[in-house]
Amino acid sequence: MKRHLNTLFVTTEGSYLAKDGAAVQVRFEKKTLLRVPLHNLDGIVCFGRVGFSSQLAAACAEAGVSISLMSPHGRFRAAVVGFSPGNVLLRRQQYRAADDAEATARIARNCITGKIANCRSVLLRAARDVREEDRAGRLKLAAKQLAPILRRVAKADDADTVRGYEGESASKYFASFGDLTSVNAFQMNNRSRRPPLDPINALLSFLYAMLAHDARSACEACGLDAAVGFLHRDRPGRPGCALDLMEEFRPVLADRLAFSLINRKQVSSKGFEVTSSGAVRMDDKTRKTVLTAYQTRKQDTIEHPFLGEKTTMGLLIHLQARLLARHLRGDLDEYPAFIWK
Amino acid sequence: MMVMLVTYDVSTASAAGKRRLRMIAKICLDYGQRVQNSVFELDLDHAKWVECRARLLEAMEPEEDSLRFYRLGNQWRERVEHIGTKPSTDLSGGTLLA
Repeated sequence: MKRHLNTLFVTTEGSYLAKDGAAVQVRFEKKTLLRVPLHNLDGIVCFGRVGFSSQLAAACAEAGVSISLMSPHGRFRAAVVGFSPGNVLLRRQQYRAADDAEATARIARNCITGKIANCRSVLLRAARDVREEDRAGRLKLAAKQLAPILRRVAKADDADTVRGYEGESASKYFASFGDLTSVNAFQMNNRSRRPPLDPINALLSFLYAMLAHDARSACEACGLDAAVGFLHRDRPGRPGCALDLMEEFRPVLADRLAFSLINRKQVSSKGFEVTSSGAVRMDDKTRKTVLTAYQTRKQDTIEHPFLGEKTTMGLLIHLQARLLARHLRGDLDEYPAFIWK
Repeated sequence: MMVMLVTYDVSTASAAGKRRLRMIAKICLDYGQRVQNSVFELDLDHAKWVECRARLLEAMEPEEDSLRFYRLGNQWRERVEHIGTKPSTDLSGGTLLA
């Protein structure tokens, strides 16, 4: 089994990555900031203006280390990856399933079932931790409202119906976000993106971008085509399959992390700035805190509910990608979504 | 994965010895990080270690140099205490920021 290796995040603008022997060297103003052997890494994520040599790109491609280039605020721009590992037979199966309405609906249905179930768990767990009774009550109520949607999704037999239920559950779920935190500066009115209009949306968008990066690597690593999704229709430049895979992890890995960072006062509203266009961005220090917390969260061990194996949160998404591949190959009747308890 | 500690003494009396010293340091750097002048911590799996060890043995001269390998294993964090300058980076920690 693949080990959960380190990801190197380069956030220093103007730094340069070079190959040094079998290692990557991070240079900034002629000084070496860090030197890491490639075999200790599974990805390099560069934010903003970070350069790298073509020798490094080649060595990374060879060693199976992906280099992702992101905007300073975490929007994915480009990636350097080697040859797709997996095999063409799996990818053909994936394309066939994506063209088949029934197969698409089944996968989409399972992804969304996982997502809604995990949203419920997030709400219920928060309700248990909250001291104020009315807040806990509202969280429990929101969780209760998700239950009937969950039952309806299980019976949905086309992807558009599934998408409809997803929208319905998302609006109910996001509406209760106000009760997940008592910190006033982080109240959320609506989910806004491109650009995010308040700190909590900025935080969520950033975490979702990190998760999308991981989901994409997970797809590539097991030979799936990250671009061809089931729930997410094809659109140039959109990693549909990665986004499908990500759905069930959003509440558990991103949302919960965002709220624990806020509630534990690890991030504060001072770490966010409003630009002239009204977009809200986080500053360098906050971004580092968030990245560190995200990576630490991925180290947490958990027992996989379907496989019954002990693993880390970070590897979970790789396991799910493999389960999806098994389903596409016909070794599993259904795609078993990750359901967090 | 495991952590290995590699230390060496290479005789630099001759030009060939100086060359071996550089070679050995370079090999170590391919697999891990330098924690002190001739002390390296390598975080690698067994296959990588076999490869690294073979390269080191190839590069050294048993008549003149010595190599020492310490197996720190998985629980290496409990076995290592660092005091003073040049703290090392935890390569298996999951977060690397630069």
